[in-house]
Amino acid sequence: MKSETMSIFSPQLAARFDALVEKYPVRRSALVPMLLYAQDEIGYLSDAVIAEIADRIGITQLDVRNVATYYSMLRFKPAGKYNVQVCTNISCMLRGAYDLYERFQDELGIGHKGVTKDGLFSLEEVECIGACCWAPAIQVNYDFHDDLTPQHVTGILETYRGRAMAEGSKR
Amino acid sequence: MPRLVSHPDEVKVVSKRFGQGAANIDRYIELGGYESTKKCLAQGPEWIIEEMKSSSLRGRGGAGFPTGLKWSFVPKQSAKPKYVLVNGDESEPGTCKDHLIFLHDPHAVIEGTIIAGLAIGAKTGFIYLRGEYRYLLNIMEKAVADAYAKGFLGKGIFGSDTEFQIITQSGAGAYEVGEESALMESLEGKRGVPRIKPPFPAVVGLYGGPTVINNAETIATVPHVIAMGGAAFAAIGSPRNGGTRLFSISGHVERPGVYELPMGFNLKKMIYEVAGGIRGGRTLKAVVPGGSSTPVLLPAEIEELGMDFDQVGKAGSMLGSGGVVVIDDQTCMVEFALRTISFYQHESCGWCIPCREGTDWLKKSLTRFHAGYGVAKDIDNIQYLAENMMGRTFCPLGDAAAMPTLGFVKKFRKEFEDHLNGKPCPFAKHVELAVV
Repeated sequence: MKSETMSIFSPQLAARFDALVEKYPVRRSALVPMLLYAQDEIGYLSDAVIAEIADRIGITQLDVRNVATYYSMLRFKPAGKYNVQVCTNISCMLRGAYDLYERFQDELGIGHKGVTKDGLFSLEEVECIGACCWAPAIQVNYDFHDDLTPQHVTGILETYRGRAMAEGSKR
Repeated sequence: MPRLVSHPDEVKVVSKRFGQGAANIDRYIELGGYESTKKCLAQGPEWIIEEMKSSSLRGRGGAGFPTGLKWSFVPKQSAKPKYVLVNGDESEPGTCKDHLIFLHDPHAVIEGTIIAGLAIGAKTGFIYLRGEYRYLLNIMEKAVADAYAKGFLGKGIFGSDTEFQIITQSGAGAYEVGEESALMESLEGKRGVPRIKPPFPAVVGLYGGPTVINNAETIATVPHVIAMGGAAFAAIGSPRNGGTRLFSISGHVERPGVYELPMGFNLKKMIYEVAGGIRGGRTLKAVVPGGSSTPVLLPAEIEELGMDFDQVGKAGSMLGSGGVVVIDDQTCMVEFALRTISFYQHESCGWCIPCREGTDWLKKSLTRFHAGYGVAKDIDNIQYLAENMMGRTFCPLGDAAAMPTLGFVKKFRKEFEDHLNGKPCPFAKHVELAVV
């Protein structure tokens, strides 16, 4: 599929995918990053995303789903605009990750894989994110926040609320 | 931003450009960058492999296999293209060293990849980063683009007639993909399940071609080995354990951080002097020496322990990924064991039944146990289960789950017994343990 034909992705992403599938010795090598980049833009792996990626690579939709279900970052329903991922693995746990996670649950009123009613935030307890020496750490989408205490929670959420407001007023 | 730390006992080789702005290619060159690649282009593959062998550099991913030897296994003649694959899927709990390498010194990774390619006769290298490291992937991709622009990558690198291409790749969340054969599967666009060995990747690897797979830290170390010479690098470390290592020290210490120390550095000194001792003046209870898959050590066991592959192995654990997790006396070891096994249960790819079922049963048993609903027989059952996972899977994830579990049961049996018969956990704070 070329980007000039119907695509559910933005022209930029469609063009990027056109290049990506040609980059490797086999087209299929582009699959895992394509799924993640598609999710970044669309929000989740919808049926339409699966269909177009299968088409672009030249494999079946079942093949795509078979791979997509393996990777923990890939999801099949929408998350919040800002996905808060709290690491509770050992290094973070030792430095209070569960207190931090509880505070996020209280402030957002949601639990593991929950989404707030306004769709702004979702919450996830995740495995080690590679920030062990700066624990406890979280990721909001791809941004790292480290050396945290529960006192930081309100401020972090406010920052992202502010960012969403600023984006809203620009439109 | 990850905090950089420093201590006078450090010997900065791999980390010497951290915090120096070396992600910028001109700055990297100013700091002596890309000289090693030029040297290797002039000297040729045999010379590179000999330097690597004499350096005693051993794989930083965890297994500790000698890098030069690994490279020498790649057949000289091959009908299929050969590849270099850099494993930046850093996911072992307690380990965050590659995070800093990608952030501060991406060109060292590129240089190491080119040199590995020159050594084995590959024209393409892949640098695979875990999906969570998106901001680091952006830094890596910028560095690769800059290297292409300077003619350090592509056709005729550094004005020679040698070609070398680098492709960066993002994962999408999977610990198992850090295992080398699962990594190749993922890069081929498949589920990250392991392949049976033999054949080993050096003979049949990525796309069926001979492939060298090295950890990102190993690769970032390569240009330094070339610059200082294999023998000089080896001299920094302990016997058969060349050079320095990036130790990620985390948990209950005053100054957690990534410290670069010579191989063989005393673990007690590492905790009490380099990392500032136990937080809040508490007492040391246990240390996980090399990432969460390595068996726990007691304070008495670290007194004379030098942190290299051989000494830690002799002490009944493993140096692993160099992730030192320090645990104080306020910690419930049953909860710690449960959180450890929960991770492996979550990350088991399900390909091999002993691992898929074993991790699940261990997690269930430990969950019940920590909640105070265990029975005496459970302790032996946990041990029996773990023993029967060992060595019965395609890849080491099964062992990685079983080994630490056996360690916890063996060394903290009393603490397990204290949880019996509905007694509340003496440390319990959380009513319900999180189920990821």
